[in-house]
Amino acid sequence: MATEIKVPSLGESVSSATIARWLKQAGDAVAADEPLVELETDKVTVEVNAPEAGTLASVLAPVGAEVEVGSVLGTLADGGAAPAPTPRSAQGGSAATAGIHVPPAPPGPVARPAAPAPLPAAAKLLAEHAVPADAMAGTGKDGRVTKGDVIAFLDKANKAAPAPAPAPLARPAREVALGEERVKMTRLRRTIAARLKEAQNTAAMLTTFNEVDMSACMDLRAQYKDGFEKKHGVRLGFMGFFVRACVAALQEFPAVNAEIDGEDIVYKHFVHMGIAVGGAGGLVVPVIRNAEALSLAEIEAAVGRYGRAAREGSLKLEELTGGTFSITNGGVYGSLMSTPILNPPQSGILGMHKIQDRPVAIAGKLEIRPMMYLALSYDHRIVDGREAVSFLVRVKEMIEDPRRLVLGL
Amino acid sequence: MSTEFDVIVIGAGPGGYVCAIRAAQLGMKVACIEKRETLGGTCLNIGCIPSKALLQSSENFTEAAHGFAAHGIMLEGVTLDLARMQTRKTEVVTANVRGIEFLFKKNNVTWLKGAAKILGEGQVSVDDTTYHGKSIVIATGSESTPLAGIQVDEDRIVTSTGALDFPAVPGHLVVIGAGVIGLELGSVWRRLGARVTVIEYLDRIVPGIDAEIATAFQRVLTKQGIVFKLGQKVTGATLTDAGVTLTMEPAKGGTATTLEADRVLLAIGRRPHTEGLGLAAAGIATDARGRVVTDAHFATNVPGIYAIGDVIAGPMLAHKAEDEGVALAEMLAGQKPHINYDAIPSVIYTWPEVAAVGATEEDLKAGGVAYTVGKFPFTANGRARAMGSIEGFVKILADAQTDRLLGAHILGPDAGGLIAECVTALEFGASAEDIARICHAHPTLSEAVKEAALAVEGRALHI
Repeated sequence: MATEIKVPSLGESVSSATIARWLKQAGDAVAADEPLVELETDKVTVEVNAPEAGTLASVLAPVGAEVEVGSVLGTLADGGAAPAPTPRSAQGGSAATAGIHVPPAPPGPVARPAAPAPLPAAAKLLAEHAVPADAMAGTGKDGRVTKGDVIAFLDKANKAAPAPAPAPLARPAREVALGEERVKMTRLRRTIAARLKEAQNTAAMLTTFNEVDMSACMDLRAQYKDGFEKKHGVRLGFMGFFVRACVAALQEFPAVNAEIDGEDIVYKHFVHMGIAVGGAGGLVVPVIRNAEALSLAEIEAAVGRYGRAAREGSLKLEELTGGTFSITNGGVYGSLMSTPILNPPQSGILGMHKIQDRPVAIAGKLEIRPMMYLALSYDHRIVDGREAVSFLVRVKEMIEDPRRLVLGL
Repeated sequence: MSTEFDVIVIGAGPGGYVCAIRAAQLGMKVACIEKRETLGGTCLNIGCIPSKALLQSSENFTEAAHGFAAHGIMLEGVTLDLARMQTRKTEVVTANVRGIEFLFKKNNVTWLKGAAKILGEGQVSVDDTTYHGKSIVIATGSESTPLAGIQVDEDRIVTSTGALDFPAVPGHLVVIGAGVIGLELGSVWRRLGARVTVIEYLDRIVPGIDAEIATAFQRVLTKQGIVFKLGQKVTGATLTDAGVTLTMEPAKGGTATTLEADRVLLAIGRRPHTEGLGLAAAGIATDARGRVVTDAHFATNVPGIYAIGDVIAGPMLAHKAEDEGVALAEMLAGQKPHINYDAIPSVIYTWPEVAAVGATEEDLKAGGVAYTVGKFPFTANGRARAMGSIEGFVKILADAQTDRLLGAHILGPDAGGLIAECVTALEFGASAEDIARICHAHPTLSEAVKEAALAVEGRALHI
């Protein structure tokens, strides 16, 4: 019995993926849970594992093909043998009597190329538009690319790049000049580009600023960092303080933690905190789920783990979806001030920056304090200026006096 | 003899015998029950094969009598030996049915001779013996549909069975029903010299065939001398000394008229043949038209009992039954075959022939599908001209947006052979342009198919 290998659920708002590479070839024996194929999604690379032990009987989606969630990638046959055992001898049939209803010879195992050739008219169109056949999934017999598939693909490509941007396939790209290099955008980069632009096009985005005196947090950290690390096995950083402060402020100002859905506002009684980190292929925002229920140590542990995973490119899809609010820290690269862009459909993002000793007036006296500028970008459609500003003030108060975090003040 | 089998197939027609052979190929122990003295069912004994034998013979006779002169072959005194023609037909049938017997022996399929009665899950009786089968397949086929007021005696008033065995060419043959069977057998006797009148209840011939093809087909047959009376309802038949007097009235109502015939062929359709099978007692569900109800895997409502072919829903065609027989046998072996019911060809073996696959223009209009049409006449095909068979045309229907082939309809010489490439193209999801881009040998009739495909884009070359 053949088992179909299907594209797994890729998390919310992700409906399709591109075949990055097949790790097994048709005919290979595979163990249960052994990775078969790598899919590249808008967010991460996902491996699809063998649902059971057997033989990879067929590969239906070639490298580069776009596949939908639930579509069949290939089939897995029982046992380690070649697919479709030959049923008894096939010869003979027509030797009987001329003109009789001779049954068709039973099909033996037929060697089939992994990606069947496109149909003739499709091949012509593909060549004319310089599109590889494996750029799309074929709907013809055994996944062959049909003329209709190419027409649909070209239509989609044309729609994806509306005027005034030139349609990428309809018009040859401009010549690469001396000293230039043309590199195809990765899917992740294309997604980042599209999502950021979507945020700017959709939200009424506005940024409010404040600054925070980090003295108290730094003192606390200096005093307890050894004991903290010994007990919890993670270093005591500042991110935990900010996450906790944001959680408390979000509970006070729920609009900042809400999203717009059509005509409605959806409020969330939990905080799934996105933490923007620079990954190997670009910016990713892993999500700390139910941050409101986590201790400072648990948050620090999660931040550390996600940072490593992002660098290794091993983040899982479910770790990248569902955030309700985000924090981005440009300070690690030295940024003093920035206006972060929202991560749709979220309505708020906190920007942390570099801690810099600056002279400030404290009780009429000039003092040198470790200061950080804070930025909150928000969607003015559902967050009022008062709420946004008050939110940021609350964060500032709790960071400047971490005892408030303990007391819930 | 053993009474225990993996599979017991009831009926040895194209569906049943193919299912039995395929199941045996897959290593199952198979029996096939057949009450007829020979294997092969209606198709081989009293259907497709004998009718094709007579169609070929009568076509040859027509050619010799009327066609050869145009080629400069002058024959005088061409005469008909109907007895010899009928004997040849019987020889063809005998060779075919013996072939099935040979195939049964070769594949170790046990032929249980007699009438089957289903006793319940896994049990069938033939005469007084009860046989046990893990799976039972109903493949009992179909029979001619009767018509109220017409008493078939298989002499003066016949079904297709009797029409294959006339001892003499009737002076006037009246065919009730302008479907495939009526027109094929009407053609046979028309070619052999009978006056042929076809009465049809509907106001068109060959329902289900693309209307444009049907209209052209009717014109061709009329030219051959067949008279059509459409929109007429036959209400009765009386045997007289001279033959039969038929009464009919317009289907829309009106004055009744009579028609004298030497013989009458009743060919208004076929209905599932399940009499004596014990379906009701076994609790096997049938629909309003008497067809055995099956799911997508040919399973009836009774576990272990399956049905295929004319006895279930779908077109009553031998090749449909055969494909179902193969598919079912493979399913019983745990395989997962699939039948594409949208790509089943149908052929009318007159001359010229009519062949079709996929949607008709009427289907597409009714479904609101945007389509394009390409047509090419055989008058513009070199080979057809050389053959002297220039009647008819090829019609290709394609999706207006994707150019995907949606239907192909052919009226013309060897249309039944020409349709095969269209079936393949349809199955592979090909576009009309694909057909046009595949090389077709010159000079062949198949070039007409290619040109019709080119015509979809308005760029046929030879017209």
